[in-house]
Amino acid sequence: MIALSDYLTLAAILFAISVAGIFINRKNVIVLLMCVELMLLAVNINFIAFSHFLGDTAGQVFVFFILTVAAAEAAIGLAILVVLFRSKGSINVQDMDALKG
Amino acid sequence: MEKIYLTLVLAPLIGAILAGFFGAKLGRKGAHWVTSTGVGLSALLSLYVLYRFMAGTLEVFNGPVYTWMVSDGLHMEVGFLVDQLTAVMISVVSFVSFCVHIYTIGYMADDEHNWPKTSLAGINSYQRFFSYISLFTFSMLMLVMSNNFMQLFFGWEAVGLVSYLLIGFWSVRPTAIFANLKAFLVNRVGDFGFILGIAAVAMYTNSLDYAEVFAKAPSLADTQIHIWGDTGWSLMSVIGILLFVGAMGKSAQVPLHVWLPDSMEGPTPISALIHAATMVTAGIFMVARMSPLYELSETALSFVLVIGATTAFFTGLIGIVQNDIKRVVAYSTLSQLGYMMVALGASAYAAGIFHLMTHAFFKALLFLAAGSVIIGMHHDQDIRNMGGVRKYMPWTYWTSLVGSLALIGFPGFSGFFSKDAIIEAVHHSEIAGASYAYLMVVAGVFVTALYSFRMFFLVFHGEGPRDEHAKHHIHESPKVVTVPLVLLAIPSVFLGYLAIGPMLFGDWFEGVIFVLPEHNTLEHIGEHFHGSMGFILHGMMGLPFYLAMGGLFVAWYIYMKNPAIADRVKTTLAPIYQLLDKKYWFDEVYQAVFGAGSRGLGKFLWLAGDRGLIDGLAVNGSAYTVGKLAALVRHVQTGYLYHYAIAMILGLLLLLTWFIYV
Amino acid sequence: MIADWPLLTLTIWLPIVGGFMVLASGERDLNATKWTALIIAILTFIVSLPLWFAFDSSTAQMQFVERVPWIPGFNVEYYLGVDGISMPLIVLTTFITPLVVIAGWEVIKVRPSQYMAAFLIMEGVMIGVFCALDAMLFYVFWEAMLIPMFLIIGVWGGPNRVYATIKFFLYTFFGSVFMLVALIYMYFQSGSFDILGFHTLKLNLTEQTLIFIAFLMAFAVKVPMWPVHTWLPDAHVEAPTGGSVILAAIMLKIGGYGFLRFSLPITPDASHSLDWLIIGMSLIAVVYIGFVALIQQDMKKLIAYSSIAHMGFVTLGFFIVFIISQNNAGSGAALGMQGGMVQMVSHGFISAAMFLCVGVLYDRLHSREISAYGGVVNTMPVFAAFMVFFAMANAGLPGTSGFVGEFMVILASFRADFWYAFLAATTLIIGAAYTLWMVKRVVFGDVANDGVAALQDMNQRELIVLGTLAVAVLLLGLWPAPLVEVMDASVNNLLQHIAVSKL
Repeated sequence: MIALSDYLTLAAILFAISVAGIFINRKNVIVLLMCVELMLLAVNINFIAFSHFLGDTAGQVFVFFILTVAAAEAAIGLAILVVLFRSKGSINVQDMDALKG
Repeated sequence: MEKIYLTLVLAPLIGAILAGFFGAKLGRKGAHWVTSTGVGLSALLSLYVLYRFMAGTLEVFNGPVYTWMVSDGLHMEVGFLVDQLTAVMISVVSFVSFCVHIYTIGYMADDEHNWPKTSLAGINSYQRFFSYISLFTFSMLMLVMSNNFMQLFFGWEAVGLVSYLLIGFWSVRPTAIFANLKAFLVNRVGDFGFILGIAAVAMYTNSLDYAEVFAKAPSLADTQIHIWGDTGWSLMSVIGILLFVGAMGKSAQVPLHVWLPDSMEGPTPISALIHAATMVTAGIFMVARMSPLYELSETALSFVLVIGATTAFFTGLIGIVQNDIKRVVAYSTLSQLGYMMVALGASAYAAGIFHLMTHAFFKALLFLAAGSVIIGMHHDQDIRNMGGVRKYMPWTYWTSLVGSLALIGFPGFSGFFSKDAIIEAVHHSEIAGASYAYLMVVAGVFVTALYSFRMFFLVFHGEGPRDEHAKHHIHESPKVVTVPLVLLAIPSVFLGYLAIGPMLFGDWFEGVIFVLPEHNTLEHIGEHFHGSMGFILHGMMGLPFYLAMGGLFVAWYIYMKNPAIADRVKTTLAPIYQLLDKKYWFDEVYQAVFGAGSRGLGKFLWLAGDRGLIDGLAVNGSAYTVGKLAALVRHVQTGYLYHYAIAMILGLLLLLTWFIYV
Repeated sequence: MIADWPLLTLTIWLPIVGGFMVLASGERDLNATKWTALIIAILTFIVSLPLWFAFDSSTAQMQFVERVPWIPGFNVEYYLGVDGISMPLIVLTTFITPLVVIAGWEVIKVRPSQYMAAFLIMEGVMIGVFCALDAMLFYVFWEAMLIPMFLIIGVWGGPNRVYATIKFFLYTFFGSVFMLVALIYMYFQSGSFDILGFHTLKLNLTEQTLIFIAFLMAFAVKVPMWPVHTWLPDAHVEAPTGGSVILAAIMLKIGGYGFLRFSLPITPDASHSLDWLIIGMSLIAVVYIGFVALIQQDMKKLIAYSSIAHMGFVTLGFFIVFIISQNNAGSGAALGMQGGMVQMVSHGFISAAMFLCVGVLYDRLHSREISAYGGVVNTMPVFAAFMVFFAMANAGLPGTSGFVGEFMVILASFRADFWYAFLAATTLIIGAAYTLWMVKRVVFGDVANDGVAALQDMNQRELIVLGTLAVAVLLLGLWPAPLVEVMDASVNNLLQHIAVSKL
């Protein structure tokens, strides 16, 4: 029997990987998007695990919402990425410092 | 009578308004007619009032015209007080003013020559001049007819304003506009003291009305106030001296006398009217009016006495070395004003007013005569260039002689009576400084005779005029100029003889001027007074008479008989000559200390205070600090998304830790 | 009965609504727009006249009161009313605004309709400040006032206008946020924003002192008092003529009004214990600023500094009352306070006129430097006459309004202390020195340069504006009784109120 804690550990590992990916990655914006997706998945795993162990289906309903939103977000993110590449000629994270003080 | 008083005051004002605002429409003739009529009406009415007082058929009038303001129980009204003193003053003012109006018709006839061709200010300057002198007459009448301190101050400053406008009348001349600013500012220094004096009066009597103030004054005679530390000051001395500071400004007493000689930059008619006969005597009038206050403080009286005596002698000395005809007369005015102050200080208020009256006529006469000479000399004012004018200008010559004799106090002329009375009064006075004052005024008699006849001889006698061109064109002035001279010469001769009895020793000023018995010097003299003729005879035996004759003789000897002496004296007494020529360096010192000093202080406060400390350090300084701080902090904003993200995560962690463990 | 009409609402909102109308009409038909603006301004003046004539000067009660709930949740009300202190200032505002509109008639070339609209809106807002009796309403008007003025200086100002606007805005805003804190604190204490309720609110000395200082920050900047005055010269120099006029004639008065409406009645004990501070600042303003004014090279700066010195008399007159009451058992205190009030109204006329005079010159030669002029009397004699007249009024010549307030305050300050009067009276000398020295250099003398030689004398429009002000200055100088009478009851009521300690 897989315990709740195992699920949570998996989710935490996934989440940590994605956070690390966001921070450490300096090259590619696509990787950033992927990391964000991964982060959402980590949360989804938590939702499903809790839903299962608590016997409450509301958590699974939420997962569907999140997946839908994540899909839309990925689409928009990629669209922005294309525009960004067109205007700046690069998707390198290091080049994106317009907010520099 | 109220209507008469109102008409008397308002007639010149209406004239001034008409000539001032509608000068272009009225034209020159219209302007001088309307103003002269206004002032002439005032003169007639004033003489009528004076006559009624002499006949004893007029009651003293003291009433309001309208309420200016009531604040906190302090009633400030515009009102008239017409008594014997006022009657004398309004008669002198309006009569002299009337003569000056007529004279001005001749003197200012070709005023457009005094302006650059393109100057628009030169257009209608003639009308404007008339408007100003009528406005002056109005202001002066308001001053002398006032029954309260507020209106007194109004008149006081209004005459200052008109004086400012008239000294700077020829506004394209740098010297004129320098002089008028100087005159106004020096007068303001006096007014500074004056307004504090009024404030003191208002505080302790809670009234500005003369009658009420005078009624309350005796009860305040022993009041002490503390101004600095614990030293007690007599209230009456403080009030007296503060008010007198105002008089020092207006009546040009040392050390606030410096503006009067410079004021000669104005056209001659106003030198006669404002800076000799009327405005400068406002201070004398004021002190006489305030006699119930001054009598309560010997300190204030001594102060008046010493300042007056100093002015009388030392400014007279300067007159000896001046070469500008108007300036000589101006210094003589200073000196005579000093005499009047001395009379007031010796509690001989009546003698002060008496001298004010006689002086108004003979000094206006001398000024107008000087103006007449200036017209003849084509606006050359240097007496060294003149000489022999007698031949060309007989009317001017004879009237000048009358004026000069009156000035030096030649027995029988009006100045003799008033000046002798003052000298006698000082002689009998016992307050502190009286012996100094006596010395000064007696020595002053010699000086007066010396400078007046020095000028007289240099101008009218001897060879000349030096300039050939002037010699060719010099001629007697027109009727409008000489008639006022004659009009003024008449009282210069007879007024003293007629008026001394009632004014000084009679009951003319009974109830108007208040003198304590122990100060009453005039009464001493009055005991020996047996008619004007006797006074003449008595005077001819006195020291002043011989000093005057001595001065006259010295002037004749030096400037007529043996001109070389003048130069010899000048070189042997070079330091003294220098001292007098530079007028004791008053102007230079004032320029350096007050002029440059206040500008320097202003610059310092502005640069160091406003610009440096407040704006530089506090305002822009704080802006600068914020800017610097921001420049430092901005480095945190790298612009990389992941830096912001990690900051958020770390922040989240921190907050979580905080919530869980604390 | 005229007193029952919503006159105050009308005087506030007529110019504001009119201003937006003018703004909306744009630049299409300039003439119509300008006339609309002028008619609205004059109409507002006419509407405000009943405030003066139907005013009952025998009572200190608020009159023409209007009171409806505004934000009931916080007990905020739309509460208007005037007494003898605020009413003259409202009439002053409605009197000056038409003149400003006329003065900007042809001179303003850039977006004239927006210029006119800004002044009309400004007028309504300033009137709102004077008659608001609800603290929140007051605060809203108070801050709203900054916006049009900010725009006026920022859009139509001189070369250094950005610096000046920001300085102006930050200075005044800095002061007023402290006031907001004080108002909110008192709301929590009393449960409403009723200003008259604040007057009777019990506060201990610490509270009073803090509230007093908060108010002082707001009002001292507005007056302005030394040492928070440095925004004024910059703002004046950069502002267009109309902006300077409104700024000097009315906005500065709001600071003085604030002292009377808030500081003194709400915190009488703190005012008493800190009166030395205000008196000191006022006297420094009179003397120090006078000397600073003396050496200014820029005419507007000079007049701006002279404004500060004159406003020193206002605050001096307001705060010597405590010392006088101590010395004289009450008599004489009203003299100082009324003197300060008269000085405010008079300064409204005179400073407006002085700035308009400079404007007349500036419109022709586009310079405010004194050295750019000289001998103006030779080409503009009519203008010179006005300039000399107003300069004399500025120097406090009796017979002009400038004298009345100074005279009253000097008389009153003598009752407090000889040296106060001594320092205050130095203005007689310094004031005359800086004003007349400027006049000498600008107006008198020979024609200084070709620019001056080519000057044209004043036109009809300028004549109307300056002539109207000259009449006002003379009228108030020769007969100040009506003005003093109108405020008498209110001032005495205020004095009685502050004589009672709140502790």
